[in-house]
Amino acid sequence: MNIQLNGERRQIGAQDLAAALEELGLAGAVVATAVNGEFVPADARRATPLTEGDALEVLSPMQGG
Amino acid sequence: MNTADTLTLYGAGLRSRLLLGTARYPSPAILTEAVQAGGTGLVTVSLRRESAGERAGQGFWSIIRDMGVRVLPNTAGCHSVKEAVTTAHMAREVFGTPWVKLEIIGEDDTLQPDVFALVDAARILGEEGFEVFPYTTEDLIAAERLLEAGCRVLMPWGSPIGSGRGLNNLFGLTALRARFPEVPLIIDAGIGVPSHAAQALELGFDAVLINTAVSQAVDPARMAGAFAQAVAAGREAYLAGPMEPRDMAVPSTPLIGKAFLG
Repeated sequence: MNIQLNGERRQIGAQDLAAALEELGLAGAVVATAVNGEFVPADARRATPLTEGDALEVLSPMQGG
Repeated sequence: MNTADTLTLYGAGLRSRLLLGTARYPSPAILTEAVQAGGTGLVTVSLRRESAGERAGQGFWSIIRDMGVRVLPNTAGCHSVKEAVTTAHMAREVFGTPWVKLEIIGEDDTLQPDVFALVDAARILGEEGFEVFPYTTEDLIAAERLLEAGCRVLMPWGSPIGSGRGLNNLFGLTALRARFPEVPLIIDAGIGVPSHAAQALELGFDAVLINTAVSQAVDPARMAGAFAQAVAAGREAYLAGPMEPRDMAVPSTPLIGKAFLG
């Protein structure tokens, strides 16, 4: 299915958020996730199904003021 | 210096009143040097989109963890309550801290905080167990509302973020300090040079948060050291009790006993 990953269109086979992170090479990374603007805690990723057109945000620690 | 003079924020003691942002340094190594040279115990961090190819965030996070300092995640760049609250949730999970520097921008030219949205977001986050550090203005009523919303620290701006203009509204900031003598007040934003930081501490502000003034200096580590000295001097001066300014000269050498020589 087609999704948006951090604003870019991607095609994935994964059906849930945890599997999507694995497929996208982000398994084990220190990241926080949101789907369609809603925060999804790490322990809820496996139970969060993805559907066509979903917008994923995958954020990680970055420099800030 | 008085070793008992510790800055306490939400029950946590900090070793330095100089807080540093981590953005816009020439390199991670120079950031680390600056944090060490400044003796700072708290740095601000942020969340940004991670790229699977670069995994830049993972490297940055390991550098920060190695510093052994507290982190204060921010909600920089957020323009709405929902955006800021969601960002705070994500930051709490990633950084493992209930602390959040709540920043909701209301106007893009000055990056002035939207204090109305700030109060709403602070209330929501406070109820959810966050310990909120709101980036606000010197407005007394906004400060009052933020405290009512559960904030126990306030971060008023000195001047617009990155402007380096120092304390723009001395009268307003002094009034804020006088109005809330028991609340830790941290000057966040606008400090350009160490004398600005010294001035903030002399006025009784509890700490300063500096980013651009250090990270964009020619020698950031050296500038961090200079800020550390200014902050220490300003704090000592505040504790020592500065004299009151006067309009007229007062001779410092006694006139009594002066010889009559002509």
